[in-house]
Amino acid sequence: MSVLKFDEGNFEEEVLKEKGKVLVDFYADWCGPCRMMSPIIDEIAEEMGESVKVGKINVDNNQELAIKYDVMSIPTIMVFENGNPIKTFIGVTDKNEVLEVLK
Amino acid sequence: MYDVIIIGAGPAGISAGLYTIRANLKVLILYKDQSALEKTDRIENYYGFEKGISGQDLYEAGIKQAKNLGVEVKKEEVTNIQFGENNQYTVMTENQNYNTKTVIFATGNKKNIPKIKGIKEFEGKGISYCAVCDGFFYKNKDIAVLGNGRYAISETNALIHIANHITILTDGEKPPEIRAENVDIDTRKIREIKGDKKIEEIEFEDSTKMKTDGLFVALGVAGSNEFAKKLGILTQKDRIVVNENMETNIPGIYACGDCTGGLLQVSKAVYEGAKAGLQAIRYLRK
Repeated sequence: MSVLKFDEGNFEEEVLKEKGKVLVDFYADWCGPCRMMSPIIDEIAEEMGESVKVGKINVDNNQELAIKYDVMSIPTIMVFENGNPIKTFIGVTDKNEVLEVLK
Repeated sequence: MYDVIIIGAGPAGISAGLYTIRANLKVLILYKDQSALEKTDRIENYYGFEKGISGQDLYEAGIKQAKNLGVEVKKEEVTNIQFGENNQYTVMTENQNYNTKTVIFATGNKKNIPKIKGIKEFEGKGISYCAVCDGFFYKNKDIAVLGNGRYAISETNALIHIANHITILTDGEKPPEIRAENVDIDTRKIREIKGDKKIEEIEFEDSTKMKTDGLFVALGVAGSNEFAKKLGILTQKDRIVVNENMETNIPGIYACGDCTGGLLQVSKAVYEGAKAGLQAIRYLRK
């Protein structure tokens, strides 16, 4: 599945109401490490196919969401299940570590 | 513009320097801290020295050898590395910026994580190791920087125009020289970092407390871990993750020697330095 774009407008529908696991990547365009995480997120989306929804949130445009989920460092990767965050990774993270939580 | 900038002048850094300079590249080695080798009394298990050799002698001979072959070696502390245009990097020291096509980390395995209660617990929850990455989240807030060297000043400078107020905490060390309207220095020794979901206050040894919204850790001389966090290099247990060619997850950035983990031996550092150097040569000739 391709990587989606989450924002304050669609977050409830796309993430909170989703029954299965959703991977959310909090990032910003100016953040160097986020650029390194981006291809890893793309690979995860590809490997997980239809089984997991994967999307990105630009913290510049969605500060309320960043505050709500206590994001204070980017990239932050959060895995949601039934609308609740079940795991958070801070900083560039190995693909396999993330995949283990999603599988 | 350099072809290769190597950070660290121990056996891994020097070895990378020897291979890259012999390929006619423009090579600069920057170093500041003592190498583990320099502090080793005697090396008796390294090839070719029938009576052994002192760590200091081997270390100094390495630097001389690199200089003799034309490597520029400068004792300057690297305080930041940034992505530049066209896959290049800018390596910043106290006084200068150097542009380079590749960077080789050979910074040793020194860790700058203080043994303060709560420091691990609140990482990413108010404790940060990268001002440029996380400063954004502390707009107009009152924050602290832990450290007292040039690196701490560099991190403070990156936050001065973002935060409302910055307190530099030296944790009992001598205060650095810095003058800015919204910066104070506090030399009290720290006992614990406290908070609920995120950092809220810092408790000092004398039981006094200070409220804070965030703490940026910038102790000593920045090493591989700090730069890894700034650039987005993958690490595992504070070691830089490399493949068999010493490549990190970022094109043009390599790591070798103790900072990649494994055997903390001269022979391993020399091998990895050679490998990183050869891989940088291959990358530059593509």
